[in-house]
Amino acid sequence: MTAEKKETVPKATTRISEINLQFKNEVKKIPGGERMMLCFQCGTCTADCPIARFSDTYRPRQILRMAQLGLKDRVLSSDQLWLCAACYTCVDHCPQDVEISSVIRALRNIAVREGYMPSVFKELAGAIMETGLAYKIPELRLKKRQEAGLPPLPKTDVQSVAKLFSKTGFAKPAEKGGSQ
Amino acid sequence: MMPNLKYALFLGCVIPYRVASYEISARKVAQKLDIELVEMPDYNCCGLPLDPASHDVMLTLAARNLCQAEKHGLNIVTLCPGCAGTLRKVNKMLKEDKHERERVNGFLKEAGLEFKGTIEVKHLMQVLAEDVGLEKIKEKIQRPLTNLSVAEHNGCHVVRPQKHIGFDDPENPVILKSLVEVTGAKCLDYMDETECCGAPIIGVNDKIPLALARDKLSHMKAVNAQAVITCCPFCHMMFDTNQTRIERTFSETYGMPVLHYPQLLGLAMGFTPEELALKELRVDASKVVALI
Repeated sequence: MTAEKKETVPKATTRISEINLQFKNEVKKIPGGERMMLCFQCGTCTADCPIARFSDTYRPRQILRMAQLGLKDRVLSSDQLWLCAACYTCVDHCPQDVEISSVIRALRNIAVREGYMPSVFKELAGAIMETGLAYKIPELRLKKRQEAGLPPLPKTDVQSVAKLFSKTGFAKPAEKGGSQ
Repeated sequence: MMPNLKYALFLGCVIPYRVASYEISARKVAQKLDIELVEMPDYNCCGLPLDPASHDVMLTLAARNLCQAEKHGLNIVTLCPGCAGTLRKVNKMLKEDKHERERVNGFLKEAGLEFKGTIEVKHLMQVLAEDVGLEKIKEKIQRPLTNLSVAEHNGCHVVRPQKHIGFDDPENPVILKSLVEVTGAKCLDYMDETECCGAPIIGVNDKIPLALARDKLSHMKAVNAQAVITCCPFCHMMFDTNQTRIERTFSETYGMPVLHYPQLLGLAMGFTPEELALKELRVDASKVVALI
């Protein structure tokens, strides 16, 4: 980003109208998000994060702070939200026992509900509903299994899987999905 | 008393889709160790890929698999750490948390299922270390790989998060390294060896994982590793399938063979490279074969 552009979009400014005071409670309701407010911003998660080491923008500490402050739209629309690799190093290292990557996952769940789902999840959900597995295994692969002497791949009762998708309320967002 | 070494083999999605060499070699090694593998009946994706989209879908998909194994009274073994971590974590959580169990059982009821909490889930490495044991593995070694020095890359979800998984030490994976050393090969220490390979975000962002895997490869090369040993299909793809891409991106040459752990163990047990599907590896492993 150029210095000129920085001036026109002062990133550090937070408008009071951006703050959603109920957002923290929304996150805390999702399993894994309960301890979010106990984060005291020490930065251990960012210091130990292998992704942060190779990214100029991904900082788990910042994501947590935005969520704590209630900067709902900013955090949910952020591309950085999708960079956590779920290696769980931060979960093991957090001195406050905040499950950082689970908080990030909870934020992603809310982002999806609000229509920010990356299209890859729509593809994965579609494949699982159709075949039971996250990828549609091509016929050629199944033939190769046989040639290699491997047993046939067990078949999934996809109707039973579809029922679970609809019961958990995810069948619809999965159909709609794909905002990015 | 000999533990009952009978398991439902949970293959997951990516192994039948792209990494058959892992399954082929794992079955060979299991047979040699008298591990009985039963095909996991009517299973579905473990749920992990959809956790970012919906935690409830992940829980329910994972629990459906656990119910299928419960019906058959079989413990689960998986080859993929993602599946192992997910099924193990959900199994533990549903056993301990009555409220969540009731909630998830509410979803499962729709498919005529109920989670009861009667089985265990382990990754192959954990089965080898805890149920089979190093002593028994040692007995089956016919050709110790003493000329070989390798770098072990452990696959995050086999050990992390420690409080949910409870296997080995994520900061110093001595058990995983002892499984490598039982083959006779030397297991080298290298910089950042317990770090993630970056594979989970391939597709969202390719630049970071490629840089991360390249960093790890350079550290492995720095200690003169002759091969990388993985126990995860995604880590394997990151280092093997993507290695030429890494070489191209950074104008470097590694030529580092990447073996699935059961391929390494299988070689030490006396299986031929053909039996262990070594030719399916993207990076030519003949340098490794020449050393045995």
